[in-house]
Formats: sequence, structure tokens, C-alpha cells
Amino acid sequence: MSADLQISLVAVAAGVACALVGVFLVLRRMAMMADAISHSILPGIVAGYVLAHGPNLLLGFLGATASGLLTVVLVEALSKGKLRQDAAIGLVFPILFALGVLVVSKYFANVHIDTDAVLYGEIAFAPFDTVNVAGRDIGPKSFWVLAVLAIVNTGFIAVLYKELKLATFDPGLAASLGFRPALLHYLLMALVAVTTVGAFSAVGAILSVALIIVPPVVASLLTERLPRMIALSVAVGALGAVLGHRVAAWSNVSISGMIATVLGILFGGALLFAPGRGLIAQWSRRRAQKVRFATEMLLVHLATHQETAARDIECSLPHLESELGWDREVAARIVGRAERLGLLEREESLLSLTEAGLRQAYLAAER
Amino acid sequence: MIPAISVRDLTVAYDEKPVLWDVDLDIPEGTLSAIVGPNGAGKSTLIKAILGLVPIAAGSIRVFGEPYRTAHERVGYVPQRGSVDWDFPTDALDVVTMGLYGRLGWFGRPGRQERRIALECLDKVGMRDYARRQIGQLSGGQQQRVFLARALAQDAALTFMDEPFAGVDATTEQTIIDTLKALRDAGKTVVVVHHDLDTVPRYFDFVALLNVRLIAAGPTEAVFVPDNLQRAYGGKIAFLHR
Amino acid sequence: MNLIHDLIFDYTLRNVALGSAILGVVSGVLGCFAVLRRQGLMGDALSHAALPGVCLAYMATHSKSPVVLMIGAALAGLIGMAIILLVERRTRIDPGSALGIVLTVFFGFGVVLLTVIQKGNDANQAGLDKFLFGQAAALVSDQVTTMAIVGGAALFVVGLLYKEFKLLAFDTGFAGVLGFRPHFLGGLLTGLLVAAIVIGLNTVGVILMSAMLVAPACAARQWTNRLSAMIGISALVGALAGLSGAIISVLQERVPTGPAIVLLLGAIVAISLLFGSAEGWVWDWIRRRRNRLALPEPSR
Repeated sequence: MSADLQISLVAVAAGVACALVGVFLVLRRMAMMADAISHSILPGIVAGYVLAHGPNLLLGFLGATASGLLTVVLVEALSKGKLRQDAAIGLVFPILFALGVLVVSKYFANVHIDTDAVLYGEIAFAPFDTVNVAGRDIGPKSFWVLAVLAIVNTGFIAVLYKELKLATFDPGLAASLGFRPALLHYLLMALVAVTTVGAFSAVGAILSVALIIVPPVVASLLTERLPRMIALSVAVGALGAVLGHRVAAWSNVSISGMIATVLGILFGGALLFAPGRGLIAQWSRRRAQKVRFATEMLLVHLATHQETAARDIECSLPHLESELGWDREVAARIVGRAERLGLLEREESLLSLTEAGLRQAYLAAER
Repeated sequence: MIPAISVRDLTVAYDEKPVLWDVDLDIPEGTLSAIVGPNGAGKSTLIKAILGLVPIAAGSIRVFGEPYRTAHERVGYVPQRGSVDWDFPTDALDVVTMGLYGRLGWFGRPGRQERRIALECLDKVGMRDYARRQIGQLSGGQQQRVFLARALAQDAALTFMDEPFAGVDATTEQTIIDTLKALRDAGKTVVVVHHDLDTVPRYFDFVALLNVRLIAAGPTEAVFVPDNLQRAYGGKIAFLHR
Repeated sequence: MNLIHDLIFDYTLRNVALGSAILGVVSGVLGCFAVLRRQGLMGDALSHAALPGVCLAYMATHSKSPVVLMIGAALAGLIGMAIILLVERRTRIDPGSALGIVLTVFFGFGVVLLTVIQKGNDANQAGLDKFLFGQAAALVSDQVTTMAIVGGAALFVVGLLYKEFKLLAFDTGFAGVLGFRPHFLGGLLTGLLVAAIVIGLNTVGVILMSAMLVAPACAARQWTNRLSAMIGISALVGALAGLSGAIISVLQERVPTGPAIVLLLGAIVAISLLFGSAEGWVWDWIRRRRNRLALPEPSR
């Protein structure tokens, strides 16, 4: 297996594992918790190092997960009390991170716990750290870690799909049905912590957070249905990983950074062009809506007044301009449009509804 | 006479759904008016649209014959209780003083004069003793009275109140309505979003019945009749009956 | 009184202490508004968003002058802020996700630019990333002067528009009704946050900046119910933590300044939550215990 392919595999596995837990984190409006966890695992890694008297995968993993969960517990405790959630998150993770940095620089100055690497990630080194089973090289260690995480996360969602969905959209109902949303919440948070730990050693803290947050948000711009959102998130995560890695390899820049950048471009594209929720769709819908409302208002106005004595005044174009508060140009455009659609007829400046126009006025008024 | 509020063909939509449809409404100066209608009728949206707080899809709005932008110094507003942050580090006196910020303009600072006016206004609603209480530590009725005092401090010719009687005690309700009647008697215009039909005839002299579109508007005794209420609260309404 | 002598005459200690104290005051004041407006995590997002700005500023000028880098950081921070506000206003994406996206994508792009710069065989670039991770110990007096000017300007604007900012934070709708243009004020206030971040980057660094903004405000809120007092206490807490953190890190071997300041802030917040105000956790606990003792045991 070539080094490039191995890196791609690691990146895709990270993308899939992160996107799966990310969907529920984003839907619960707790995206920044991923950022907090990704930083606050540092003291846990340090603790694992101390306990094992050296680098140890299992103890480091456990320590990191424990301090990730400690973050969740601390944030919940503080935000149930006197602080708001955003302030609680913004307070807890820098303090834990500072603790980690302090211990590292005070007692392990010459040891390899590089706090910068925690941020940047070293995915480029993944192929150098491989697993041997029965004397055969079966690929990068980080790939296997992330692949297992992706399977665990998939299993978690598959088994608890109904409960997760309910607890996310209606925690009150979930509680009353006996689903224990709090327990589910901590389970999910534990998975976020474990996934972040697994991903960050391979791709760095910032990219693991990007992989957790960006794909689900892109998916949420494209669909409203949960199953589709999960599938799309995974697809976006994997696509971002592959594309980012290709571009980075081609231009010889940071792979993690480029994957995050590609994810950002995918987000920008979805934000602008997503059908329905994208900014351009919103903008054109608002324009069309203005024209439609104006037309309907014109029809209703004419319907109300065309049988009355004041018809000659009420239904004349100049009066409409002042009555509906339109300037001449708008009035001409709306009247022209209605005329083209066969909704009204005009003699000189006097307007009258056609049969179709009257029907549409009724429909508009009945709504 | 120019009406205090003049709304022409107002349409407001959130997403695809119109919340207000083709509303025409004149509210005369010097009235104590109610905007009444079922839930989701667009009552709050109507005053928010008048105050420029929500974008309008079509139509025009005049306040004392002017666009809101130039008339805002004559307009007071008491929002729904849920819309402010009750944990905010501020006390009753401070909140009432905010009613004077508009008059002070950009950069102006409240001084002794403003403090005196604010205290007087708190006194008028019976809240002077609570001037230094943090607002979250007041009861719902007391909070509502503080916001009424803030509207008094604005000394506006036209005051909007959004559901001022929701969830308040009887004493507070009486204080509020007495204060509003006093304002009306002093020649001011007051517009209240209201949902308790029983009290409408006793409290208000002008009523606008709303259910997405305007059902009827006019002096209470003329408009607040079973036929109109039936049309506002039940069944669909055809515009041609208007 | 050796310490006071050193504070005045020791070049390094003076700069570190002064710089950290200035940062403490500025972030203490602006942090109050950020916390009250539920923007507690805005600081974290915008400080990360500064990285590509720093890189591009360097690429454009080949200068590592702190002023140049600060301008780059500020521009990138403002662009990040504009994107966050746009997404919050125009879409249903929740604010936390918007922050997270800007944070990670900008930072990731910055890392890409860093590798581009490092490839350029440009000997001058070494240590560019250090600008972001805080090296208070290396502050020079020019930097401290710049920090004082930028921070002073931000505080001046807050002083000028104190009444407007307070109204905006408390009741945005009412600010609009009074004709105060809430969108403009909100953008300006968040923009001032960028000023605090820019002067914080090379003192405490990207990650710890969040605590510089949030912690003093949270601590101060526990001791008072008035905004003006909260701002004053918050500035004081920020300055004290900055000053003492700086002194500790200079006197103690291998204690970096940023973490020292943040851990001190953490301790102050904890004390404030426990003892500040009548609802402090300690008083609350004592009260509840007393009530329980006063009540007779429920009979079964």
C-alpha cells in the first residue's frame, strides 16, 4: 500500500467516525463542545503519561477520554448553576488546557508531548506507525483506531437510533417515555470524547473538530430528514478528506489544514447554493414572494372595489400607486405582469379583473 | 385629523406563510386601543412591523403621518416579558432610565435630572421602594410595572404594549390599566396587544380585531359585537363581506 | 521590596507585567459584554480565525513586526466575525456551529499558509507561529506600547458608547425602537472584541484567549448586580491575574505566562462562585443545611 493511499484511508476513516457523532452534536446545538473537548484532553494525556511512566497508548487514551468527560460534566454543572453554557465552555477548556501546558512545561520539558502538534496534527506521519499482525504489516495504526471508532459509532447510532432521535428533538417526551435522555446524552458525549481522542492523534485537534462540525452542518443545509442528514454528513466528511488530501499532496502543504480548508469551501458552496436554504435561494424566493404578494394584493384590492361606486377612482392606476404605496415603476411592472398572466384587463388607466383574476383573488383572500 | 397610526395594505410573511395579510388600519389619536385576536393572528407582529422590528413584504406604515424612522422619538414600547434577559446586571431604576435614552440621543449620558424623572415614574406605578432591586429578583407583576414605568419615562405620544397583563397579579393589572387610562386622559395614544376578551369593553375605547387580516376596527361598542368576534375567532372570512 | 524594584527597572519583567495587565483590563471590560450577549465563545473562534491573517500579512510584507502581524490578525478576525454574523442572521444554523466552522476552517487555512511560508526557504519566518501561541516573556516595549494604544482605543469607544452598548446587551429590540441601530452597534461591539484578541494573541495565545475574556466577567458577575460595577471588577480581576501571572512566570522557572494567568483566573472564578453574592454556593449550602436541620424529619 502506498503512503498516499494509507494517508487517504486514515483521513476518510477520521471523516466518517467524526461525522457520525457530529450529526447529533450539531443537532443538539453543542458543536463547540467538540472544540472544548479537543483541547481539554491535554491534561488527561499528560496524566496517562505520568501513570504509565512514559508514552502508553491505552492509558493516554483513557486519560484523554476521562478529561474529555470531565469537561462535559464541569460545563453541565456550571451551566445548570450560574453561568450560561457558552461562558461555561469558554471557561472550562482553557483552564484544563492551561493545566496541561503548565505540567508539561514544568516537569516534562524534554519529553515529546508537543503542544503545537496537538493542534496541527501529524497525519503525514501515519504511514510510519503501522500495525503488525502475525508478522504482516496491515497498515497504519491510526487507520485501525479510527476504523474501529467508525464501527462503534455506527453501531451506537444503529442500536439507539430511535432513542437518540427522540432525545434530540424532544427531550421532555423522551424522558416521559422512560428513555433517560441524560444517560443518552452522556453516552453521546463519551463517544464524542473517544472519537476526538482517536482522531486528534491522527489528524490534530483542529481538524478533528472540523470533521465533527462542518459535514453535519453542510448536510443540514441540504436536507431536513435525519437519515439522509447522517448519510450526507458521512459523505461530505469522506469527500473533504479525500479531496483535501489530494490537493495537499499535489501542492505539498499541510494535509490537515487543507482538509479543513476544503471542508470550508464545501460549506461555503452549500451556504450559497443549497436549494431551499442557501442564501441565493432565499434571496430569489424573497424577491419572487414580493412580486407574488404585490400581485395578489392588487387583485384583492380590485375585487373589493370593482363593484362599488368609487370604482373609477379606486381601480385607476394612479390611485393604486398612492393607495398601495408603490412607485410608478413597481406599479407598472406588477400591473404588466398581471395583465400578461391574463388576470386583469386595462382600458386607459382603469383596471378590471378577468374571470381568472377574480378566482385568484378569492383564493388569495381565503388563505 | 391625522391618525396616530395609519397602516395601508400591510403584508408580513415569515418564510412562505403570510402572518399579516393586506391589513388597513387607522388608530385615532387620544384613544386607548386594543389589538385583539386568536393566537397566531399576528397581533405582536403588527406592532413589531409598525416599530420597524420585522421586515414587511408589502404596504406602508405612517406614525403621526410620518415614516417610523422620523417619528420614533414620539413612540414608546413595552415588549413581551419573555424578550429581555432577566439575569442582566441592572436594577429597576436603571431600566426605567433606559426609557430616557432615546431623548438623550447618541453619546448623551443620563444625569441627576434623568434619575429624578425615572424615580417619579417608578413612584407612579408604586415601585419606588424597589428602585435598587435587580430586575430578575422582582415578581412578574413587578417586572411588568417597571417596564410600564420605562414607557412613562419615555413620555411618548404613542405607546405600544405587548400583552402587558399576561401572567400578572390583580393589583398590577389594576395599576397598569389605571396608568393607561390616565395617559389616554392626558391626550396620549396607547395601543395594547390583548387576549382577554372579557375585559375589552371595560378597558378599551377602540378595538382592532385581527386574524391574519383585519376583521374590523373602530370604537369598542360598534366593533366588539358577537358577529365580528365570530368572524375573528371561528370560520373563514371572505373579504367581500367587508 | 526587590519585586517592586524589578517591576520598575527590570526590562523583561516590566514589559511582561505591563503587557499582561493591559490585556487583563481590556479583555475584562470587553468580556463583560461578550458574556452578557451570549458570545462567550466568540473570542475563541475569532482568535483562531486570526491565523491566516497573520500568515498573509507576513507573506505580503516579509516583516515579522508585531504591528504588521496584528493588522493581519485583526483583518482576518473581522472577516471571520462578518461570516459568523451573516450565518447567524440569515440561516437556521445555530450560533455554536457557525463559530465552530469559522474557527476550524480559518485555522486550517492558516496552517496551510504556514506550510507554504515554511517551504519558501525563508530564514526570517522562523517563529512566526509563535506569534499566535503567546510568548509573553518575549514582549518588547514597542509591543507593549502598541497594546496600550489598541486597547486604549477600544476602551475609549466603550466609554463613549457605554449607554448604547448596555441597552443593546439588555434589550436589543428596545434599542431598535429608540432608533439606535442595533445591527451597527452589535457589529461594532463584536469588532472591539477583535481588538482585545489581537493584543492577547502574543501574550497568552490563541487557546487561552477565551478564558481571558470569559473568566473575569464570570467572576465579576458573582459579586455585583450592576453593570458598571461588574465591568470595574472584571477589569480589576483581569489586571490582577495578568500582573500576578506574569510575575509568577518570571520568578518561577519554566512556568509559561499564559497558563499561569489562566489558572489564576480559574481560581478567582471558583472563589467567586463559592463565596460571591448571597447565592454563592457555600452560603447556599449552609442555608440549605440549616433549613434541613430546622425541619423535623418527615415521619414515615
